[in-house]
Amino acid sequence: MSKTKRSHLKNTLKESLRMALQAIRDNKLRSILTLLGITIGVFSVIGVMTAIQTLESSINSGLNVFGSNTFNVQKYPAIQMGGHTRNKYRNRKNITYRQFEELSRRAKLPLLVSVSDGRGGRSIKYKDKTGKSNLYVVGGDAWTLRLYNTFLGDGRNLTEQDVDFSRRVAVLGMDVVDQLFPFEDPMGKKFTIDGIGYTIVGVSERKGEMFGESQDNYLLIPITTFLNRYASHRTSLDISVEAPSAELYDKTREEVIGLLRVIRKVPPGEENDFEITSNDELIATFGTFTNGVKLFAIAISTIALLVAGIGIMNIMLVSVTERIKEIGIRKAIGAKRRDILFQFLAEAVFLSEIGGIAGVILGILGGNLVSLAFNIPAVIPIDWAIIALVVCSLIGIGFGSYPAWRASKLDPIESLRFE
Amino acid sequence: MSEPMISLKEITRVYDVGAEKVYALAGVDVDIHNNEYLSIMGPSGSGKSTLMNIIGCLDSPSGGLYNFEGESVHTMDDNQLASIRNQKIGFVFQTFNLLPKLTALRNVELPLIYANIPKDERMVQANLALEKVGLGDRVKHKPNELSGGQRQRVAIARALVTNPAIILADEPTGNLDSKSGEEIMKLFDELHAQGNTIILVTHEAYIAEHADRTITILDGKINTDITKHIKRDVS
Ligand SMILES: Nc1ncnc2c1ncn2[C@@H]1O[C@H](COP(=O)(O)OP(=O)(O)OP(=O)(O)O)[C@@H](O)[C@H]1O
Ligand SMILES: [Mg+2]
Repeated sequence: MSKTKRSHLKNTLKESLRMALQAIRDNKLRSILTLLGITIGVFSVIGVMTAIQTLESSINSGLNVFGSNTFNVQKYPAIQMGGHTRNKYRNRKNITYRQFEELSRRAKLPLLVSVSDGRGGRSIKYKDKTGKSNLYVVGGDAWTLRLYNTFLGDGRNLTEQDVDFSRRVAVLGMDVVDQLFPFEDPMGKKFTIDGIGYTIVGVSERKGEMFGESQDNYLLIPITTFLNRYASHRTSLDISVEAPSAELYDKTREEVIGLLRVIRKVPPGEENDFEITSNDELIATFGTFTNGVKLFAIAISTIALLVAGIGIMNIMLVSVTERIKEIGIRKAIGAKRRDILFQFLAEAVFLSEIGGIAGVILGILGGNLVSLAFNIPAVIPIDWAIIALVVCSLIGIGFGSYPAWRASKLDPIESLRFE
Repeated sequence: MSEPMISLKEITRVYDVGAEKVYALAGVDVDIHNNEYLSIMGPSGSGKSTLMNIIGCLDSPSGGLYNFEGESVHTMDDNQLASIRNQKIGFVFQTFNLLPKLTALRNVELPLIYANIPKDERMVQANLALEKVGLGDRVKHKPNELSGGQRQRVAIARALVTNPAIILADEPTGNLDSKSGEEIMKLFDELHAQGNTIILVTHEAYIAEHADRTITILDGKINTDITKHIKRDVS
């Protein structure tokens, strides 16, 4: 009994589906126009979700720019949202080399305290050759490479002495080597930047690209040397602190914050006049940003899908009216109410499902343009795709129910007589 | 005589047109037995189609008693009525009433879909029914690719395909020329010979001639009910 019932259901569904397909084929243009709303709604949410997921997956790894157990101290936050708070940061005191020295001397917990600054858009000269003018000059110390997860490829790292004596030495990124020393050993060679001559003491290992940008287009010189040449009234340094272990991370952070408040003379009760940034905080900040975008996309697509649902209801009502005669014929040869109901419901669900599938495909393609642009691996947000298709079915059922019910209630004689 | 297949007692069908009541049927009594060949005649508007629709369980009477195979139709719900239309009755209409987008085969297959017959079997039976009406070579044609007579034969195949006991035909030759009409009538004769009960409405006396019994209706009432006493030559 239940087996025949199940086969009956399967039969009915299959037939409903076939009739739905036929009906859609008969009214291609009209169907496509109706589908469009669904497609746009699904596209917007899937596109945004794909794009964000792409960014997320690479940013969560990309944001691990700092080594573990490490945090940064800066004047400005790493990611700023909105422009209105900018003044608050600008009026803060700069972070100076003296402050760094004092912190470094007084802090007991950190494994290391490092300082750095950077200046972009520099151009390097070697003999009669000039490199591209987009070089990033980093002033740092013996720890800078380590803190940015970079390894030495050849030669030596910067030393404390290099910093103490403001030596004019440099460690090169691989891009500079590619540009200026394609066929010779750079070690010990002399070059100039912004009128200052340096000696090459080391070369770092190649890091490759992130978000489509090379990570190797830099050179590292001692921070003191850097400040001698580039310091201005706007110079504010980045201090990086590495805790000895994950367990001591919070304590270390507290000690550094406390000391910096003393050093920078922040009155008790006032908030810090500097920003602490860590991988976790970068990820969290990015998270609040993406959540906003996600909500926005969901809102947009909800409206689009609602409008599309009304479109489907409208088209189904028209379809029922156009096919009154057909409904009459079907009833005359034995179609039950639920057969007719199924037929029109299936058509509505099918219609919105086709639109939904198109939206999912376009959305995944569109969203992955982001991954193409940033040269990061593509993703397929399966969970959102499934949600979208389920929602499409619900829209079909929700907005198709009334027209289908109307069709099923039609009187066979009156329908047959309808011209 | 055995119990009638169809038994109508004082059947009325009233339409409310404005404040006025139109009696399409004003008390019809008729019994129809298994394997009868019955024609219904009468002037336009006399209630022939109304009577057919009630017999075919497409329409419900306003009053009176209707027993189909001994069961009261009044107590049946929509689903049961649909089942009767599907299993027991085959309709043939004056205007064919085929679905224009579907091929002959698909049109004939439709009642089997609602009878929940599996696909393979549907194809076999639909093809068989089309062969029976002489359209074995036209199964893939759509209605607009067929002549009027061929369309009506598709409609007859559709009526036959579930092996119903009764074929109801409302002016089946009304839209056909006399030659096609004769061919259709030959089909009905054969069906009757094979044991089907046939009820047909017609305006033409020579069509009614095919039947064994002829009822005439006037103003929603049975006027005459004549049974021929010639035994047909069943060959
Ligand atoms: N839906 C309706 N509303 C009001 N009156 C109706 C309706 N359907 C039928 N009638 C009336 O019922 C009467 C019988 O109609 P019916 O269609 O049964 O006639 P008929 O004998 O089949 O005529 P014809 O030979 O022209 O087909 C007619 O007077 C008609 O006007
Ligand atoms: Mg009529």
